[in-house]
Amino acid sequence: MEQTNFQLKKQKSQSNDWSARLHHATRATREDWMGKGISYLCIGVIILVVASMLWFITSKGVATFTQNHVSLTKFLFGTNWAPDQGHIGALPMIVGSFAVTFAAAIVATPFAVGTAIFMTEISPNKGRKLLQPVIELLVGIPSVVYGFIGLAVVVPFMRHVVGGSGFGIISATFVLFVMVLPTIMSMTVDSLRAVPRHFKEASLALGATRWQTVSRVILRSATPGILTAVIFGMARAFGEALAVQMVIGNAAIMPKNLISPASTLTSQLTTGIGDTIDGTLPNNALWSLALILLLMSLFFNALVRVIAKRGQLKHER
Amino acid sequence: MNAKRTDFLATVVINLIVATVVGILVFLLAYILISGLPHVSWSFLTGTTDAFSGAGGIGVQLFNSFYLLILTMLISVPISLGAGIYLAEYAKDNWRTSLIRSAIEVLSSLPSVVVGLFGFLLFVVKFKIGFSVISGAIALTFFNLPLLTRNIEESLSAVSRSQREAGLSLGLSKWKTEIGIILPVALPGIVTGIVLSAGRVFGEAAALIYTAGQSAPVTNFGDWNPMDPASPLNPFRPAETLAVHIWKVNTEGLANNAAQLSAAASAVLIIAVLLFNLGARLLGNFLYRRVTASK
Repeated sequence: MEQTNFQLKKQKSQSNDWSARLHHATRATREDWMGKGISYLCIGVIILVVASMLWFITSKGVATFTQNHVSLTKFLFGTNWAPDQGHIGALPMIVGSFAVTFAAAIVATPFAVGTAIFMTEISPNKGRKLLQPVIELLVGIPSVVYGFIGLAVVVPFMRHVVGGSGFGIISATFVLFVMVLPTIMSMTVDSLRAVPRHFKEASLALGATRWQTVSRVILRSATPGILTAVIFGMARAFGEALAVQMVIGNAAIMPKNLISPASTLTSQLTTGIGDTIDGTLPNNALWSLALILLLMSLFFNALVRVIAKRGQLKHER
Repeated sequence: MNAKRTDFLATVVINLIVATVVGILVFLLAYILISGLPHVSWSFLTGTTDAFSGAGGIGVQLFNSFYLLILTMLISVPISLGAGIYLAEYAKDNWRTSLIRSAIEVLSSLPSVVVGLFGFLLFVVKFKIGFSVISGAIALTFFNLPLLTRNIEESLSAVSRSQREAGLSLGLSKWKTEIGIILPVALPGIVTGIVLSAGRVFGEAAALIYTAGQSAPVTNFGDWNPMDPASPLNPFRPAETLAVHIWKVNTEGLANNAAQLSAAASAVLIIAVLLFNLGARLLGNFLYRRVTASK
């Protein structure tokens, strides 16, 4: 029975019009069309998300200047932030954000580079077994937990040591330092590993000590990579919201020193956006802060690209 | 100071730095677990929160976190799978592809608070869905997509070319080759990436404050009809997650035992994230052994 069925099918297919079959897409081709369609659709969704995100936040962010007619210089350089009364000088937040970002990067970089040297040059074995998990765990700890520890440990510690309320840029720096550490660390390790082996061997063969080799050959050659790592860390610090918001004190005034309450763009956004009404000046002003965050994130992105390109040129030469 | 001496000194300094970094991590974990775990009890894990002060158990928040995680993964895994296949297989090396790659990079480098605000603007303000599970899940998807896409693309590209050629030479379509041959080989890497991103999603709070909301209405856990407003599965109810709860208790909470409460909740969160990390590694290794038949 099965045999005859098979033969029947065979006859049928042979009797088909060959030219029609050749002119039609095969099953494999149709499958490929479908596959192409699905994957194009998915990538399209992502592009749509990115485009609409940029568009929405930009259009909301410029409303302060187009609808409320606030001058851009007043917004960027004004120091009085009281949106309810129509004063929207964002400089305190901008300074706050940059201060914590730079401070965290400056503190974290030596630690990250030191650890990376340990992992690649001094003890690769221990590096893999001990420090790789350390990096992964530090990355894995959620930012609210960092914020909570900042609130429970760092803020009281600062209050005890330097006085004041304990909230402020210095506490935020401490918290951010630990948060950006794994980012800078893992990328620095990658860039140290990418240094060609013969560089190191040549230096050691000339009789240089390990530290001379590391400081004069390896670090020099890995500089673009390390810079990229630091910028990635800074981007993370600049955009971090909750952990910073929990320890910085959220006072929208120009930071006079490192231990008085201050605020950042992100902290102002998190605390403010829920309390303002859509379309009003206080709300628009907050969206302008979000726009600064967005632009800075794009800027960091571009910076990484430039450095990567220059680094490449150097290696090619 | 001679070179040998400097070398020795540098080694000592580097060792000290490493000890500090390890010490910081040990301190962090020990602090959370020691101060948090004694307050974790069955009633804490399943109890309900007092809506006014924020005191009480975290049962609803814990459920919300897992529910949001599952919804987010249901949305983001298929999309990033398709996008990853596009980048690994179909994308040509031209300006359009590099534009797409930059767009993904931009999305991945955006601060999560900006992603959350976009979700808030789109779902809460424009579409008027309100603070809801679904708004939160989509915002988390935005946050998750670029990382997952990149991970999937890398895993797919790492599969050797000969496997692709073998499939194509047998007359299979590109799509069939990708789904039937390449994907199974790349699966360990992809699964590891998915579970790791699950850990990240689980701990994310900034993107959720203004999308999934900061309130956890007590739901009726006997009612599993997703259309019912009181059902825990209803995607249109506000859903405060565990991470958001920790933030809220610390910043706005009126509970007099806020520190204990958030220490305990942090301990639960950390343990969950650690389990995700561990699970990612175990699952990845297991799948790798199964697929490659190696030891």
